[in-house]
Amino acid sequence: MGEIKEPALVEIADGVKKVPGVNAVLGPLNKLVNWGRSGSIWPMTFGLACCAIEMMDAGASTNDLDRFGIIFRASPRQADCMIVAGTLTKKMSPVLRRVYDQMPEPRYVLAMGSCACSGGVFNSYAVTQGVDTIVPVDVYVPGCPPRPAALMQGLIKLQEKIMEEQFRWSQWR
Amino acid sequence: MTRPISKTIEVPVADGEQYSLKMGPQHPATHGVLRVDLDLDGETILKCTPHVGYLHRGFDKIAEHRTYAQGVILSDRLDYIAAMANNVGYCVAVEKLFGISVPLRAKYIRTIVCEMSRIASHLLWLATHALDIGAMTVFLYCFREREVMLDLFEELCGARLTFSYPRIGGVRQDVTRHFIEVLQQFIIEFPKNIEEYETLIDTNRIWLKRTLGIGVLSAEEALSLGLTGACLRGSGVDYDIRKHRPYDAYDLVDFEVPTANEGDIYARYRCRMEEMRQSARIIQQCIDQLPPGPIVGDDAPDLVMPLHGNRKTEAGSTTYGNGLIKFLEENGEFPIGDTYVSTEVPKGELGFYFISDGSGRPYRMHVRSPSFIHIGALPALTEGSMIADLIANIGTLDVVLGGCDR
Amino acid sequence: MESMEIAGKLQERFPDEVLDICDFHGQVGVVVRRDMIVDILRWLKEGADLKMDHLMDLCGVDNKQRPGKGLLRLEVVYNLYSIELRHSIRIRAQVPENDATIDTVTTLWTGADWHERECWDLMGISFNGHPDMRRILLPDDWVGHPLRKEYPLKGSVEWSGLEKLKNKVVQLQEYDLSDGTLRTGAK
Repeated sequence: MGEIKEPALVEIADGVKKVPGVNAVLGPLNKLVNWGRSGSIWPMTFGLACCAIEMMDAGASTNDLDRFGIIFRASPRQADCMIVAGTLTKKMSPVLRRVYDQMPEPRYVLAMGSCACSGGVFNSYAVTQGVDTIVPVDVYVPGCPPRPAALMQGLIKLQEKIMEEQFRWSQWR
Repeated sequence: MTRPISKTIEVPVADGEQYSLKMGPQHPATHGVLRVDLDLDGETILKCTPHVGYLHRGFDKIAEHRTYAQGVILSDRLDYIAAMANNVGYCVAVEKLFGISVPLRAKYIRTIVCEMSRIASHLLWLATHALDIGAMTVFLYCFREREVMLDLFEELCGARLTFSYPRIGGVRQDVTRHFIEVLQQFIIEFPKNIEEYETLIDTNRIWLKRTLGIGVLSAEEALSLGLTGACLRGSGVDYDIRKHRPYDAYDLVDFEVPTANEGDIYARYRCRMEEMRQSARIIQQCIDQLPPGPIVGDDAPDLVMPLHGNRKTEAGSTTYGNGLIKFLEENGEFPIGDTYVSTEVPKGELGFYFISDGSGRPYRMHVRSPSFIHIGALPALTEGSMIADLIANIGTLDVVLGGCDR
Repeated sequence: MESMEIAGKLQERFPDEVLDICDFHGQVGVVVRRDMIVDILRWLKEGADLKMDHLMDLCGVDNKQRPGKGLLRLEVVYNLYSIELRHSIRIRAQVPENDATIDTVTTLWTGADWHERECWDLMGISFNGHPDMRRILLPDDWVGHPLRKEYPLKGSVEWSGLEKLKNKVVQLQEYDLSDGTLRTGAK
């Protein structure tokens, strides 16, 4: 009688193993959750000014965001990323914070455009100098406006950031 | 173990009582950060109050701290959908203020980019207007053509949206032969594209039901409300600044200004579709008539990026005419006075009121923006109609909040 | 009709109100007192040979540092145009600083409503008889009128709403699981 040999597991990524012959993947829960989250970022449109037009362009046919699993949702309750595209004025800041507070965890913020990153061209009495005075920002995409390809690079950076996260679900209180 | 729930919940019943609804600043159908407070009776709007200012960046104040040449950047971000037309408007205003002359080739090039901008803006208007009313296919078709326009702009000046390409005294750099060829090809095919959009919605029953007889304004009402552009021409008033006070090369080309008499959403839609055809006609004539020559006037103040050797890079040249540079040398300061100049941008009449106090910075710059006035006309259009008509009316007024709030 | 001719007719019709007539590159501005401004504009709008039915622009100006004599601190500028007869004129109504009010022209043009609200908001000129005189571009509790010459570009005092919001942000940071960058309250 021969020995029962265990099938050798093929390592396809760091810590993630594929069981040969069977449609199964074995890995740490953390990595699988991160893979799921980064592959389906649903941004909420917070288009404020000119960058919103380039964001629309990024979602239209020539530069398609749908192939990354990115579907724009209008409601903050159904979104996990907020792309702040355009100038944030002081009158709009409470609205921005309120909408950010309505997003469920895990949530990410991408500041698109120079105005969202740091106030841009407008250093005046009515403009908040950067979205990161109001909400915590994960990725900054500078440009005035950034090309759709630049926005895509920013979203890919966000995907990479999500892949490196550790146990973002286990901190619920 | 479950606990009994002992709370009763009141459900409001619509029985003639008013209901307040706020379409907040963050909304997919308000074309930007516009807040509209509605008092409703069922679906009928009793009172409509638009709130703007969520994008107020302080253009008038910033312009007082920048030179005239730096102000071109600011004018880009006003109506960011048709930024070339805004730049041309600003440059024409400053040129009138100081009496700077523009060479003929630059005038033709500025007319070409202004009309390309008009086509791009109307395409975006049609895409979002139709999307709000429900026709999603038109959105994708229009963006296809708009991408061609944006690629052409990128070849011309390197930017897709906020160009700063026209300069005071001319344009920044010359057009290439490849640009003209691609543009020519686009213009030849464009009328067929317009017909394509029209076959999608022109005789569609849903479109007609949502646009015929909705948002009607008579000529007197429209003029009293301060509407300009296609909103005014859709009510029968023939006011187009390109014909009344021509600037650049508009008096050297042949075109018609479409008007309609009914004053409803469908009339304005037809006006803008015809305007796209006329824009194509203007561009064709400009390409045919484009003369050789310099692209920047000799009077132009500094900030000209030289492409070849001996183009001047500062205000002062041995070959100036009787213009601004001579005045500066004789008097030591800029001319003092005030002017109001308006141009026909795709949304309506964009006016710049400049007061110069002799220094290199404007003493006062006031931007008369068509979007600001048009949103002010929203209550007059919507009170008494339904919520769905509000969305159609916002679309037909063709507003952009960057231009409204400045 | 030439703009200078219109200015001349205006001076004949309202001799006490017209203070000065300026011509700059073909554009004529008539400096007037503010008391009979509605009558002046109505005469321009409804006159048979004038018919200036389009109010192109209405804005406020702060004359504090402006070169020129005989001007009061504030002024309201009306740019008028006639669509049928194709002529234009500019009326500059002088407004003193201590009593910064002027009559509204919303009875003549409904669209002047928002222009005048903006003038109040940014320049501080109030309009008598306006249906809804409140701020339009800035938040309702903003202090100051930004386009006045003594108001610095970045403002002198932070808006109270933003201060409250920043305090709230620091409080809410305790419950936020995000590891993004937040500058408010950063140590």
